[in-house]
Amino acid sequence: MRAVDAVMECLKAEGVDVVFGLPGGANLPTYDAFYDAGIRHVLVRHEAGGGHAAEGYAKATGKVGVAFATSGPGATNLVTPIADAIMDSVPVVFFTGQVRTELLGTDGFQEADTIGITMPIVKHSFMIQHPLELPRAIHEAFHIARSGRPGPVLIDIPQDLSRADIPYQPVADVSLPGYQPTIEGNQKQIRQAAKALAAARRPVIYAGGGVINANAAVELTEFATADRFPVTCTLMGLGGFPGTDPQWLGMLGMHGTRTANYAMDGADLICAVGARFDDRITGKLSEFAQQAKFIHIDVDPAEISKNVAAHIPIVGDAKNILAKLLIEYRALEADPSRLDDWWIQIEAWRAEYPLGYEDSSDSEIKPQYLIQALYEATGGDAVIVSDVGQHQMWAAQYYHFNKPRQWINSGGLGTMGFGLPAGMGAQVGRPEDVVCVITGDGSIQMNIQELATCAQNNIPVKVFIMNNGYLGMVRQWQELFWDHRYSHVDMGEFPDFLKLADAYGASGFRFVDKSTLVDDIRSAIATPGPVLADVRVTREENTYPMIAPGAAARDMVG
Amino acid sequence: MGEPGTKELLSLEELNAAVGFRTGRKHVLSILVENRPGVLTRIAGLFARRGFNIQTLTVGPTQDEQVARITLTVDGALHPIDQVTKQLHKLINVLKIRDLEPGGTVTRELALFKVAAEGPARSELLEFCEIFRGRVVDVTKRSLVIEISGEEDKITAFENVARPYGLIEMIRTGEIAMGRGRGET
Repeated sequence: MRAVDAVMECLKAEGVDVVFGLPGGANLPTYDAFYDAGIRHVLVRHEAGGGHAAEGYAKATGKVGVAFATSGPGATNLVTPIADAIMDSVPVVFFTGQVRTELLGTDGFQEADTIGITMPIVKHSFMIQHPLELPRAIHEAFHIARSGRPGPVLIDIPQDLSRADIPYQPVADVSLPGYQPTIEGNQKQIRQAAKALAAARRPVIYAGGGVINANAAVELTEFATADRFPVTCTLMGLGGFPGTDPQWLGMLGMHGTRTANYAMDGADLICAVGARFDDRITGKLSEFAQQAKFIHIDVDPAEISKNVAAHIPIVGDAKNILAKLLIEYRALEADPSRLDDWWIQIEAWRAEYPLGYEDSSDSEIKPQYLIQALYEATGGDAVIVSDVGQHQMWAAQYYHFNKPRQWINSGGLGTMGFGLPAGMGAQVGRPEDVVCVITGDGSIQMNIQELATCAQNNIPVKVFIMNNGYLGMVRQWQELFWDHRYSHVDMGEFPDFLKLADAYGASGFRFVDKSTLVDDIRSAIATPGPVLADVRVTREENTYPMIAPGAAARDMVG
Repeated sequence: MGEPGTKELLSLEELNAAVGFRTGRKHVLSILVENRPGVLTRIAGLFARRGFNIQTLTVGPTQDEQVARITLTVDGALHPIDQVTKQLHKLINVLKIRDLEPGGTVTRELALFKVAAEGPARSELLEFCEIFRGRVVDVTKRSLVIEISGEEDKITAFENVARPYGLIEMIRTGEIAMGRGRGET
């Protein structure tokens, strides 16, 4: 069969039921194979949209996302989604077309060195040099993408090779001698960690996206509630521990709660699970959690002691390790009353510094209230997909995520334009769930073309634009750190999102009154098909509290 | 250390963070990789984007044609070796990495020196060449090309000797290294 038909067989063998992509010259043979392969292909309007859709699909389902693009500009348009996927450890396999082998290196039409351009941002990549390599490369790519610390894998296929006739045999086993992720977790270290936790008087569990990736939310919750361990999650970890649990401190980091950040600052033992001590978490590194010792559980050994030195490192899968840690911990029968003083302190912080904002005195919608209204209207049950900016932080603060894979956003790379296509992918992966995209008037315009994809394929995402007419987060920084000099952040009232929704074949709404907002959101969600709601909010509202860049957690402002 | 159920709590004060930030010495990393196109680029890129400087680098075949060996040296005073090796391990095509212990390792480097050699300088240089157990591999009326092999220090010592005579050109291969004893490096 043709190599491209073998590609289809490999996708089916990997259980792929949907891919996102856009055809072009160099992947015409692949698209000919899609014609009757029986695999659902969602035709996106821009390759970046396809890449983010594959990410959204992967984040929402836990399965490997797949995106296709042609050579040259098609491939370079995937660079942002690939970089996004490496930063947030998202399992996606990207297939790019490449010019014919005889044209390689000649600056042929639509030629780009895709492997070279993407090398620093892939978990691995394959440059196909012989058509017989394809089936094995594809299965290796899926294996690498989904195992260990997940991440993006790219397969670059020259056009002529994809047309070759090859004998296809299913590949049963994948063995990569140079790739054997540690999964189990060293039992001695786990025991050591249990003992340290049992001895700690001011412990905090600090969980990140690794808990979501490892499907370890249940294990985390069981472990944390086996004693009264206070829990905080990173932006990527939200939903890994119930946001309505009494032991929940709220998110930590730059826009986290004071309670969570102060608890980290005062802790004597911090148990990091699938988190990487990013600068948005630690603030000023030299003043980060100075009294604490660290247990660090991560599947990627390179994360351990990268930013903060670990006292008890445990390399392996979080699900696995937390389950074992629970057994070890229970056996110690630690005295829960040792945490009494710590909880008195935590409750005092909670009482003194709740999340809050000053509501408007008229009908004006405060951006924070939009999230609260969305939470109320959806009963806290929707899949929330966010773009990047102030709205993202407010969504993280005010929507209380109780389940993993309920919160999807671009954390590490901070990619504006991620929201709509990722929401589209999430909705495709979870057709039964309500998927709401929270975005800003800046972010939405960076991939708004995918509304057409949603309309054409009846992908019923509900998009809520937190419209303040600004690049809000940049404006906030200019206000706070650049002396109110608002340089090129005012986006005005453009475009007219109602007309735009109409043009794209989506249902458009405009909400301006807080008194009817919950009902307005309910009716928007009840509207069939994709919805674009333009929600006018307070123009100059700041995201608080905040650890100023380079400052220590205890010096939070706002 | 007991089995689960031993109620021996750990005093947090006893815990020491296991992290070796800067070792302060030269490290010779012997890296076995799959013999495929692009592998060297991945390794070099990994160093470059972290601002790590590779001091020397040699690449060559091994007894197994599927496998190539990369020997590289890094200054552990400037860069965290721990991070370097962990990041290298993450590359799929990297099979094995050894940070060779200076005591248990044989290292060799090959160098060619093109030196101006006219008049009395010529005989002096030939004498040095003999002392360093080098070989003259090319001669003209005005120059010599001398081949020296040995440990890095020895090559550097010869360079210091040859330089006053007029060092026209010097080429060094960078170190290769092999663990002592019967076991594989």
